[in-house]
Amino acid sequence: MTLHRMTLIRHLTGTVVAGAALFGLTYVLDPFRDYQLATAAAYLCAAAGLTVLIGRGGQVSLGHGALMAVGAYTVAIVQNQFGDHNVVSQWTVPASLAAGVVAATLAGTVIGLAAARLRGPYLAGLTLVVAVALPAVTTVYHGVFKGDQGLSVFLPPVPDSLGVDFPLERWQAWLALAGALLVMLALANLGHGRFGRSMRAIRDNEVAASLAGIPVARVQVVAFLVSAATAGLGGGLFAVLSQSVSPDAYTLTLSLNLLLAVVIGGAGSLAGAVWGSLLLVLLRYWADELTGNLPLSPGLRTRLAGNLPLAVFGLLLIVVMLAAPGGVQGLLNRAGRWVRGRRTGRSAHRVEPSVGEPTAAQHSAPDAEPPAPVASHT
Amino acid sequence: MHISVRRAVAAATMVILVAAAGACSSKSGSGTSSAPVPGVTDTEVVVGTHTPLTGPAAAGYSKISAATKAYFDYVNANGGVNGRKITYKIMDDGYNPATTQQVVRQLVLQDKVFAILNGLGTPTHTGVLDFLNTNKVPDLFVASGSLSWNQPQKYPYTFGYNPDYTIEGKILATYLKANFAGAKVCTFGQNDDFGDDGLKGVQAVLGSGGVTHSEKYDVTNTNVAPAIGALKAAGCQVTVSFSVPGFTALAIGTGAQIGFRTQWVVSNVGADYATLAGLLKAAAGPLLEGVISDAYLPSVDDSSNGWISLFQRLNTQYNGNAPWDGNVLYGFSVGYLFVEALRAAGKNLTRQGIVQAVEKNGFTGPGLFGLRFSKSDHSGYGGLQMGKVQSGKAVLFGPVYTTDDGTGAVTESNTTPAAPPANGIPA
Amino acid sequence: MDRFLFLTVDGLSHGAVYAAFALALVIIWRGTRIVNFAQGVLAVATSYLAYTVSGRSGSYWLGFAAALVAGLVLGAIVERLVMRRVENAPPLNAVIVALGLVLVAQGVLGMIYGNQYLPFPAPFSRSAMTVGGVPLLSHFDLFVLGTVLLLMLVLAVLFTRSATGLRMRAAAFAPPVARLLGVRVGRMLTLGWALAALVGALAGMLVIPTGLGLHPTAMDTVFVSAFTAAVVGGLDSPVGAVVGGLLVGLVLSYVAGYLGAGTTPLAVLGLLVVVLLARPAGLFSGAQARRV
Repeated sequence: MTLHRMTLIRHLTGTVVAGAALFGLTYVLDPFRDYQLATAAAYLCAAAGLTVLIGRGGQVSLGHGALMAVGAYTVAIVQNQFGDHNVVSQWTVPASLAAGVVAATLAGTVIGLAAARLRGPYLAGLTLVVAVALPAVTTVYHGVFKGDQGLSVFLPPVPDSLGVDFPLERWQAWLALAGALLVMLALANLGHGRFGRSMRAIRDNEVAASLAGIPVARVQVVAFLVSAATAGLGGGLFAVLSQSVSPDAYTLTLSLNLLLAVVIGGAGSLAGAVWGSLLLVLLRYWADELTGNLPLSPGLRTRLAGNLPLAVFGLLLIVVMLAAPGGVQGLLNRAGRWVRGRRTGRSAHRVEPSVGEPTAAQHSAPDAEPPAPVASHT
Repeated sequence: MHISVRRAVAAATMVILVAAAGACSSKSGSGTSSAPVPGVTDTEVVVGTHTPLTGPAAAGYSKISAATKAYFDYVNANGGVNGRKITYKIMDDGYNPATTQQVVRQLVLQDKVFAILNGLGTPTHTGVLDFLNTNKVPDLFVASGSLSWNQPQKYPYTFGYNPDYTIEGKILATYLKANFAGAKVCTFGQNDDFGDDGLKGVQAVLGSGGVTHSEKYDVTNTNVAPAIGALKAAGCQVTVSFSVPGFTALAIGTGAQIGFRTQWVVSNVGADYATLAGLLKAAAGPLLEGVISDAYLPSVDDSSNGWISLFQRLNTQYNGNAPWDGNVLYGFSVGYLFVEALRAAGKNLTRQGIVQAVEKNGFTGPGLFGLRFSKSDHSGYGGLQMGKVQSGKAVLFGPVYTTDDGTGAVTESNTTPAAPPANGIPA
Repeated sequence: MDRFLFLTVDGLSHGAVYAAFALALVIIWRGTRIVNFAQGVLAVATSYLAYTVSGRSGSYWLGFAAALVAGLVLGAIVERLVMRRVENAPPLNAVIVALGLVLVAQGVLGMIYGNQYLPFPAPFSRSAMTVGGVPLLSHFDLFVLGTVLLLMLVLAVLFTRSATGLRMRAAAFAPPVARLLGVRVGRMLTLGWALAALVGALAGMLVIPTGLGLHPTAMDTVFVSAFTAAVVGGLDSPVGAVVGGLLVGLVLSYVAGYLGAGTTPLAVLGLLVVVLLARPAGLFSGAQARRV
């Protein structure tokens, strides 16, 4: 019991320290960087939940962008209601965000229940179609959601107590960072408890976990809805940051970007989610800057504009994945172990989480037993 | 405990990285401008835009900004405006509103542009209206016909350019009422404001019962056969299409394939003949013959028009001789208007100054009917002329019609558009 | 009734393409347990090549053949150079690498050809032939259905009756054992990818004329529909891929026809949920392990 409390206290202190450091950082950075930081924090909320779901729970979801959309649209609608009734208090924002979280959790529960029996690519397929289908709801219920147009989000202005010249972007960064820290704290605690252990047990060997008495389906659904809740918060923060919502901002590409962030950062690791979110915001920016500064003739420039950064971004993804399969965090772990002089004989691959398969039966490993036939992919 | 050590190291690394990025950027962000007005020095004015250069929406639209830039290159080669050269920063947003947010903030907060010019797209630009107006950045000549840009009370810094879709609907419907009385009129529209406002305009003139059947299409679903089939089943004799060029071609092509005979009437947004012909290839000639449309700029095929010959010449010299079509004409027209506005704002260039200059209006340009800018109207073009495809060329005919967004009647105007200045630069 | 017939025919025609594409996904899945997210963009790349070849030579069929050959070559290259390195890593890494490939390919194609929709006409007339006053199939639709059918027959014969097919199946099912028996597993994997890319290239040539034109993102929506079809049919079953493809095509057509184009993604979601609730590994999945 005391050990449990120590973990909580440790996490709380970590959160407070990180919070203070980030608070100071927002003053050092200029408004544009603050906005980028805020965007990364919003991504982090969703990516953190997703990395826990994928890395520790073994369930792959390609539809978390849609869950962010649910959170975002809820925030938009609730905030606009506040606006229509002229309620301008600062407390409207946490209230709408909470509503967004609840809505996303509900959606996540529905999907999680439908997906409880699915594994691997079948779960991926279902979530992929969810990612594509959910934005279509905005066109079907045109009156409320206004289809492709989207909605603008009514927001209270920056609190007067902060001063007249306080940049909006810094305030937005504070909101987003607060949300992200909350999510990190919650997930860190969850991961250390019995629930985290159950998830990992299921991921590693579902049948054994079931035999050991773990309620597999229930744990999986709960894992899904936890990740949905964090995605809803991330989406809600997106709505606050962009002051608008529209289906074009929550396409399949967003879900795939979240996946990118998770895997590049290192699946299963919360710190990895941080790396992934930062890279998501910065990599594309750097690719743009790199190509923007090249000396090009006007004709060539039109051809290359937009396309060259795209290609560079893709190339970076491939290179990172080939060079560091454990993601950035995996790389850092390896570096950490090497620094500490603990060089293991084999490669530094931990038991990596995979798409629903028991890791002992990694496909095509040369000296493993022949993988069990299709029948065991339940 | 080493897990925490690793975490702390990771966290510290992250903070250092971000701070380093921040420090780098803060220095580079200030640029050469130390003047009080962002984006303006004695020798340069920097403006930016967001537009889709990649992704499905890039087709056609990516040519617009290149043409505007070409016009600015021409003006710069002739001394610029009030001694200042124009630098045009074109940012790709891939038609994704989330990217537009990032890109516009980068332009305003980091690149410190003087104004945003010709931001493209209704969903993409709607998201940045609040940001731009809160930061008092002139948001000039938005490339879309949505009514959202015409809200001078709420968004005083935002100005539209394209004629509103409602106006277009009303004018097209008026023409149909006069020339196709008694025919079954149907609409085929994009599933957003473009299609909705267009339909509203048509219904405002023909009455809600005047439209026999209405179909919608989604830009994400290229299979329009079910919708066209439904129009055929309804027996539509005239079909008004509020569609982008790609879907206009699809609709007309699919109609031909299933034997759907109708008089196509296409919005100016989707009627550029060169683009449609390029998409329909061999079938273009017979399929597009007789298609009716409307325009607020002269026909690209009308080489007797001074503006067309001027812009075609500049296109060859400064735009790498890009294929000449409606998008290129549009880009040059926007560039011309912006230079007019810059000139009117005077040597002492401020953001407020250019907003006032635009509201004062008095602009000439290639438009068939004048721009409607004033203190109370930020909409843009309000007049359209009917056009028809004859022997592979888009020919404009009849008077220029004008109306308002509301219940006002459609009236004819007979003002003759001004000719371009001799050197193609506003005096 | 006319409308229903029309929609059915339209659905089958599109469904045949999804079936072919889903088949390509299944081939790769069976061989490497990877879902090939880059399948669509490979098809677009080969179609661009066909566009160039047809433009230069004036012959559509030369371009068509070039696309198929390029598919084989491209598939083999991608497997050898890129995917080989992630076959031992967690499957998600392969997904990310594939997504990276998609971005690289779309960027490069955009740089070479520009971001406009290039016209990509069909080799046969797309006007529907009327049977008893009802517009049904066009010549092009017949070509699509015929080609996909032929393709399936060829693949079925290849996999079930030829020695190479047997070797490929062995390499997919039990690589270490197959290796022991003298099967060059790596080579079989490369062959699998090459074949899948060939199928994808064919599907691309068949479907792009029906859309807005040739564009780096032209196959994105087809990929989603085809992946859904493969999942509905069961990723391990080629027959499932075909049935799934036709099913998805029909559902999309009926829903678009009777309920409007905007609701089609929701209908596909509905189909998927219904199928997966009843059979969590797809319609044609094999026996599942007994649950404890």
